[in-house]
Amino acid sequence: MSMTTKLVDGTGGWLDDRFRGAKGFRTAFRKIFPDHWTFLLGEIALYSFIILLLTGTFLTFWFQPSMTGVVYHGSYKALDGVRMSQAYASTLGISFDVRGGLLMRQIHHWAADLFMAAIFAHMLRIFFTGAYRKPREVNWLIGITMLTLGLLEGLFGYSLPDDLLSGAGLRILEGVIQSIPVVGTYLAFFLFGGAFPGHDIIPRLYILHVLLIPGLLLALITAHLFIMWHQKHTQMPGKGRTDQNVIGAPFYPYFMAKTGAFFFFTFAAVALASTFAQINPVWLYGPYTPVAMSAGSQPDFYMGWLEGALRVMVPWEWNVFGHTFSFNVFIPGLLPLGAIFTGLALWPFLEAWITGDKREHHVNDRPRNAPTRTAIGLAGITFVGVLLLEGANDLIAEHLDISLYTTTRIAQVAVFAAPVIAYIVTKRICLGLQRKDQHLLEHGVETGIIRQLPSGEFIEVTRPVSENAHAVLTSRSQLPTLPSPDSADENGIPAPASRGALGKVRARLHTVLTESVELTTGNGHGGAGGGNGHGQASGDGEPAHAAVPTGGPRGAASGDAGTSSSSGSAAHDGPGHDGPGEQADS
Amino acid sequence: MSETNGHGELPGDGPRPGTHGEPAEQGYPAAAAEAPAGPRRVIGTPPPAQARTLLGRDGPTAQAAPRELPADPSDLGKAKIAERIAATCFIIATLAGIGFIAAYIGLPVHSVDAVLRSNLALGTALSLAMLGLAFGATIWVRNLMPAVELTEPRKPLASAPADRAAFAETFEEGTDASQFVKRPLLRRTLIAATLPLVVAPVVLLRDMGPLPGTSLRHTVWRKGLRLIEDVSNMPIRPSDFSSPGGMITVIPEGYATDDDALAKAATIIIKLRPEELQHPTVLNWTVDGIVAYSKICTHVGCPVSLYEQTTHHILCPCHQSTFDAPRGAQVIFGPAARPLPQLPITTDADGYLVAQSDFHEPVGPSFWERG
Repeated sequence: MSMTTKLVDGTGGWLDDRFRGAKGFRTAFRKIFPDHWTFLLGEIALYSFIILLLTGTFLTFWFQPSMTGVVYHGSYKALDGVRMSQAYASTLGISFDVRGGLLMRQIHHWAADLFMAAIFAHMLRIFFTGAYRKPREVNWLIGITMLTLGLLEGLFGYSLPDDLLSGAGLRILEGVIQSIPVVGTYLAFFLFGGAFPGHDIIPRLYILHVLLIPGLLLALITAHLFIMWHQKHTQMPGKGRTDQNVIGAPFYPYFMAKTGAFFFFTFAAVALASTFAQINPVWLYGPYTPVAMSAGSQPDFYMGWLEGALRVMVPWEWNVFGHTFSFNVFIPGLLPLGAIFTGLALWPFLEAWITGDKREHHVNDRPRNAPTRTAIGLAGITFVGVLLLEGANDLIAEHLDISLYTTTRIAQVAVFAAPVIAYIVTKRICLGLQRKDQHLLEHGVETGIIRQLPSGEFIEVTRPVSENAHAVLTSRSQLPTLPSPDSADENGIPAPASRGALGKVRARLHTVLTESVELTTGNGHGGAGGGNGHGQASGDGEPAHAAVPTGGPRGAASGDAGTSSSSGSAAHDGPGHDGPGEQADS
Repeated sequence: MSETNGHGELPGDGPRPGTHGEPAEQGYPAAAAEAPAGPRRVIGTPPPAQARTLLGRDGPTAQAAPRELPADPSDLGKAKIAERIAATCFIIATLAGIGFIAAYIGLPVHSVDAVLRSNLALGTALSLAMLGLAFGATIWVRNLMPAVELTEPRKPLASAPADRAAFAETFEEGTDASQFVKRPLLRRTLIAATLPLVVAPVVLLRDMGPLPGTSLRHTVWRKGLRLIEDVSNMPIRPSDFSSPGGMITVIPEGYATDDDALAKAATIIIKLRPEELQHPTVLNWTVDGIVAYSKICTHVGCPVSLYEQTTHHILCPCHQSTFDAPRGAQVIFGPAARPLPQLPITTDADGYLVAQSDFHEPVGPSFWERG
């Protein structure tokens, strides 16, 4: 009896006697997971989170979340005799007196940065491929919630060591909360247990950081994964892939092994960074004091755009009836965050309403095939990007030798202008790429072969795209058509969907959102070689093209045979010509 | 039997990939020798129709279902090489893991240099262990596990209408049985009973902090309180400034360890030529060209820590609000909306700088009640 059989019959049998899991587990083990490199982005976030849980637990064994003042007499001689909080002193202790403590601290910090970066990247992938569409709107909302929680979790964790920079971050947080009209002062006093800094904020942030928010994240991650499992993963367009199937490799052993390997890659990347790239050396910053601040201080990147928003704002404040509206603080502090996150959360529903698309989608969009969505996404990225750069404007000014004020003035214009430019440029690029796809479908892939016809005419030999590339190129979400905004039937009565102010707005938005290059199919492809009829015998002055037929998928033996037997010239059709057809796969 | 061929005795192991026409014995003699003879099926072709099953059947016949996954990769020679490379990766990971433990035991900490050495050793060992596992597992998956691409149908996510109707019926029956709808008195009193409990947790948070009151309007500065240099903790005489110079951070005497007090009372003093001081600086609040401003930025409260002597500009390092020192610290640039409040100073009987009073307006960031 083999080892496997023993395991299944023995342990498996014991468990199955109690849980009746054989059928469910068989289905689960055979569950098909489609493959694409961008599907790994969410996995990076998941594995960073696991690394954060492991290293974070280690750190709690020594960290003391207390603001009680102590005089330091530890291993770090440069701060000997300096008054500091217990939180800061215990952080120094973890760094200098616990073996592996510095490594774990650095892994924790790098993993946090990677966690946020991976979430951003994962979210952008979902956005640009339309993977948030029905039936995945709920998972999209869970993702947005986790992103928000991740921002808070990072901010709170960054604040715990009570070094100069983290304390300054808290001071800014306090200033922003205090600027909220009506309730701001009260919120700040309740959060900090009185006036800044008080003695409560670090213990309070600690319990939020190590229990409440990770607990919520864990619950949401579980829901996120369960929903993904239940609804099955989306797949990228390709040959045979439809909204009714999922093509890939089974969970056991393929996905299990791949994702396990990927966990180790993620951990290795974080460990390498933590070994060779110092992060947050709090001992160099010194303990927090409300009296001092160093120049060139930056928050972690995921907070950088909010920092930039504070910097880019104009000094705008109102005093009305004895009350102060600090527009200069609460607009940049709350508006970009609120606008971006609310916009992200509402987008799937807004898009579905505008397009009228209520069907399930399981094959992802290629970003170019949703030009307006892609352009909006790029505009958003540009907006956040400008703010992020402005958040580091002092470093930019120093290293590029630009006046500090100039960088801010540029950002003040760019924060409005750059997203508009990004929108227009992106949309043009998308439409251009669609035309290129259309061209490939119509005329096939250029082979680089020139042939002379008996009539003396020279023609360029092209070859239809591969079956898989054809499937990719023609994959478009067919959107329902709404009547045009000004449409009316012969009696002058507008269509029901475009009636009323809201209907008119919707119809106009529909026109913008669904702008695409018309896709004509049915040529440029086909094993019979007849699909691409341009120029063969027409002689009408059209650009001359000839089709070199291929059969079957690229790389299959039968396909190659078909090519070489069809015409002499195709014998030159080496692997080097596969380029354009293969590019379309990505 | 080698571990990669653990399935060798299972029925259905017979179909071996033979796409390249080479006998399997060449690459993997052990596997081939033990494989039972059976009908050979080419990968990618459908199995005989009568043997097709989607899910496992009950009884022993389930075992006879044909494989969907081939047992071995198509190129066993390549697989053998891949196996050796992957095993080497795992051996490296093992050694690195042992190295990690050795570094933990062998390398002390307790000084900056020692910590950096320990970090380098532990981190390198950990990274190598992880990389070894990662590369080993990846090579295993890509080269040893036979390539497969299977298709699974998606069922529509929505339930069948009959199921929905059945659920609606069940729900309705349950609701009826619960009497929740039929008895409004019961329903409304139940809802009323939960409402205070929804508000209670919010009320419970009330004691998280005191009410602000007027605390943001005052600092600990008062008449006669000496200005102490922040680092040396020494009082300051106007004559200590030999000539107009830099910016000095001062704190109220006796509050050097009181962060709550310092968060509002931190002050900067700047020595200018008396004739340089202009409106709206209050000249009566200066001593011999020495002017004192709150150090807490009026934007979001960072300490304004940078001073440019040639232009007399005070700069906040956080968001770059810039204040004009000779002109009442008015805002020249940046997001701050108000000048830094000026602290009235004079000298006491011993000639040391002291405060004339508290600041005459709230220091630091704006707040709703500030007005």
